[in-house]
Amino acid sequence: MPPLRYTSTAIALHWIMAFLLLGLFAVGTNMHDLPLSPWKLKVYSWHKWAGVTAFLLVLARLAWRIGHRPPPLPAAMPRWQQTAAHGLHHLLYLLMLAIPLSGWLMSSAKGFQTVWFGVLPLPDLLGKDEALGDMLKGVHMGLNGTLFLLVLAHIGAALKHHLIDKDDILARMLPFLAKQP
Amino acid sequence: MTRLLSLATALALAAPAAHAVEYGEFLADKSSLGFVSRQMGVPVEGRFRKFSASLSFDPARPAAASARFELDLASVDAGSRDANDEVVGKAWFNLKAFPGASFVSTAVKPLGGERYELAGKLTIKGKTQDIVAPMSFRQEAGNGVFDGAFTLKRLDFAVGDGVWSDVSTVANEVHIKFRIVAAPRK
Repeated sequence: MPPLRYTSTAIALHWIMAFLLLGLFAVGTNMHDLPLSPWKLKVYSWHKWAGVTAFLLVLARLAWRIGHRPPPLPAAMPRWQQTAAHGLHHLLYLLMLAIPLSGWLMSSAKGFQTVWFGVLPLPDLLGKDEALGDMLKGVHMGLNGTLFLLVLAHIGAALKHHLIDKDDILARMLPFLAKQP
Repeated sequence: MTRLLSLATALALAAPAAHAVEYGEFLADKSSLGFVSRQMGVPVEGRFRKFSASLSFDPARPAAASARFELDLASVDAGSRDANDEVVGKAWFNLKAFPGASFVSTAVKPLGGERYELAGKLTIKGKTQDIVAPMSFRQEAGNGVFDGAFTLKRLDFAVGDGVWSDVSTVANEVHIKFRIVAAPRK
């Protein structure tokens, strides 16, 4: 019998990522409006450290997922919805990898090396180039806008499954919602 | 004739020794003045585009050498647009009151070989501190090239005071690197 829910590790990684990305997004969309101050420099550094952490967590999630297939979607689910769900999940993973990479490259192009937790320097893959830095900022923001919309779709779909279809899609990731047998 | 020729040769050979080369013509476009600050553990490179020097250095008589640098603080590139806008302000260089910084040498000590030690008084923002910088000197394409570096504490000069005096964000230590190129004085 195939598993009915995600493994505890997958669930933990999913929710840690969810809150981490929420925090990164909230800070990231507001931090450039801060007046230049030590606080701003700290916030930027924290954002970068958290971004590197998120990237490593995505790698961990992917590694875990390769070894642990997720539970199958309900057989009653229309094929187009199954395809859409798989497509959306792939896009989410792709963006979770691309966004920190774009941030790292942007930081290098703007002339600020990323030093994880102020201790571990990441190599600068790009030299300092103001125009390129501004372009990568646009890329970073565009990718984030896309991720934001896809996450809304992801949450909307999960709620639709739970509240309208009344299937166990959301409960697979939130076991306390599972119907008691 | 032969004697005359050998005399001329002897004179020609002796000439450089008799008139030791004194480097005194500052070459601004070959010289550079850079610095590395640290923000949240991240080294950030900056530089000054405009500075001038009047110097006199004779490798045969280093103790008699002297140098004076004048630095236009407005020519700073602190590593980013934000930083450039910030650093001219009151908390940092306070450019309106202190447009320039200066360095006046007090002693040049030979350390053997190409190595020298440059000591002098550095004035930034109206505050003067003694500094000592190791440097090297070598001749390159007929010019004298001085390369040196030292570390100063920015708060000794009240650079970045107020909220910025929190050295856990922007480190107190700023590493200065200079290259001064001078042609022989004519």
